[in-house]
Amino acid sequence: MHRYIYSTLQVLILVVLAFMFTGCGSKQATTDLQVEPATRQFNPEEREYVLDKVYDPLEGFNRRMYRFNYHFDRFIFLPIVKAYSFILPDFAEDGVSNFFNNVREIKNFYNSVLQWQGESSVNTVARFGINTTIGILGVWDPATRMGIQRHPEDFGQTLGHWGVGNGPFIVWPIFGPSNLRDTAGLVTDAIVMDAIIYDGILDDGMGYSSNTRDQVKLYATIFNAIDTRHRTGFRYHGSGSPFEYELIKLFYTEKRNLDINKH
Amino acid sequence: MRRFFLSVLVISFMLTTACWASSGTYDFPLDNGLAATILGTPKDYRAAVPEKIRMQQKRLTVFPDRVVPELYWYQKGLEYFIVKQRGPAPLIFMLAGTGASHNSAKNQAMARAFYQAGFHVVSIPSPTHPNFIVTASSTMVPGKLEDDARDIYRVMQMIIQKAGNRLQVTDYYLTGYSLGGTQSAYVSKLDEEMKVFCFKKVLMINPSVSLFNSVEIIDDMLENNIPGGIQNFQAFWNDMFKRFSDAYEASDSVVFGPEFLYKAYKKRVLEEGLEPDNTMMSALIGFAFRISSMSMVFTSDVMSNSGVIKPRNLELSRNESMSDYSKVTGGMRFINYFDEILYPYYKAREPGLSRQEMLDGLGLKNIESYLRNATKISMVTNEDDFILAPGEIDFLRRVFQDRGTVFPKGGHCGNMDFTPNVANMINYFTN
Repeated sequence: MHRYIYSTLQVLILVVLAFMFTGCGSKQATTDLQVEPATRQFNPEEREYVLDKVYDPLEGFNRRMYRFNYHFDRFIFLPIVKAYSFILPDFAEDGVSNFFNNVREIKNFYNSVLQWQGESSVNTVARFGINTTIGILGVWDPATRMGIQRHPEDFGQTLGHWGVGNGPFIVWPIFGPSNLRDTAGLVTDAIVMDAIIYDGILDDGMGYSSNTRDQVKLYATIFNAIDTRHRTGFRYHGSGSPFEYELIKLFYTEKRNLDINKH
Repeated sequence: MRRFFLSVLVISFMLTTACWASSGTYDFPLDNGLAATILGTPKDYRAAVPEKIRMQQKRLTVFPDRVVPELYWYQKGLEYFIVKQRGPAPLIFMLAGTGASHNSAKNQAMARAFYQAGFHVVSIPSPTHPNFIVTASSTMVPGKLEDDARDIYRVMQMIIQKAGNRLQVTDYYLTGYSLGGTQSAYVSKLDEEMKVFCFKKVLMINPSVSLFNSVEIIDDMLENNIPGGIQNFQAFWNDMFKRFSDAYEASDSVVFGPEFLYKAYKKRVLEEGLEPDNTMMSALIGFAFRISSMSMVFTSDVMSNSGVIKPRNLELSRNESMSDYSKVTGGMRFINYFDEILYPYYKAREPGLSRQEMLDGLGLKNIESYLRNATKISMVTNEDDFILAPGEIDFLRRVFQDRGTVFPKGGHCGNMDFTPNVANMINYFTN
């Protein structure tokens, strides 16, 4: 089983690399016609632009990854998501989402604590308690019905809360738009959650063997990815706009700022 | 259980429509036209429509010989969706507003309502959407209503042809909102000559009377409401997000989206009794419009090789940075597009065409006599639809007489999902 996963990963890395290096020497005027200067010239001195708020030194790489993600979505990710939602009835899909959301409360909790947010820390504990017990391991979400709202937090927001700036904008293969700060957050959360769930709960708490643990981890990762994509309405180049990359870059950054300031 | 639920639904639906009919009042919850435009119909006031319908997403090759520039590598054909009934049924075509795709929220909501009422539904992008410009526009410079109508008409025929005899249509109908409303009049007029569909009924929703007037109004909404003018856009932007952020932090919403915006608006205006911030809302509407017009202007420039924004004859690669082009395009009003791309394109083909003549042609006034006599066309708009210049609402009243409905509020297309509006629309097409 693992061997397949690793070979799939290898293929994926090769494809990503191929995307990184295709069309590097950007083609200039392949037609024989003379290029004439545009009648409207860009004058960078003219004024400050909102777009320049986002630091994007990796634009070339990012655009290639953006294009890679479009293809990955189209040929691999979305067909799987489609099959998934075709097979599972709606209530089962909601159950899967609720389950993963409940597991994520662990991350919401320690990040709320790290940001000294008393109320949302308490709410998160209450939600986790209610949904894990009455909600049967989080498959149902009675806490929301009781009026205790989910409060998503992550380590990227924690870093932002304590004043860490965005850093360069980065588009990751599969994961999509991010920036250096949020990438650090993503990696930290993954390591911490991994340690808590697989080494803490499943190993020490329940005494599963490392083999079973790896199996659980593999399936959990796959289902989590499918569920997350299923809940995300965003489609690469779905707007049809030639400026979609610019808009995404700007709105991603502003949206994260809103999340960071929200307590 | 399910039956009980259904009957409750039916009864409550009957109650709401009955109330509306008997009291004659129009209870749209947002009195401010700008707020209505931005927020749309709040959730609890929307017409009940089926959530899950099968919108078959499709693609069509309109011009097989067209070479699509590498920059637009993801435009692989005209995109549209079709919702089919089982067996024979009437079919309605829907035309979207400026810059909107076939999947625009408004078209999706209308499709649900029409499907529920027993129609096959076909939704195509606006001729001003990049997908249409790249794949289906014969001129590649949208704006001239007669030519856009011809392009739309061609696409409609090809869609029906492609569907073949798996799609059985009894009669054809047509509707459109905003610019799509204006275009539907031109498409209907073309249909009188071509007689392919012989539309039974046409409904224009919040149409623009003069494209020039409407876009001038919206461009002004952006540029005149930013303190210090468009040069200060960044300061305005930062201030706007600061205020979003403050309101978001103070609210109990955990998702930043339309629901939150509605709650924040309600809190400010209905609970705290503060004046709505018309300046900021105007600028926001202007900004949203600019974002979609930017895509149209730049795409037209590239496709027609006009050489205004992109140097003429330069081919852009698929990984090309668009940053500088987006900054240049962002500073362009519609009138700049008209003067630098649209008018020169037609002037080159008809040397005698004057600028004023062409400007006057962009609207409903030069097909007034057709509209007066076309009893199959109806029109709905709102008293506070700001895309209409002074006097234009009277023009619409005069031309459409009892075929026109003017709702007291709703802004520009803000009340399209409101229960009485949907009932009115469906009622018009089914009776």
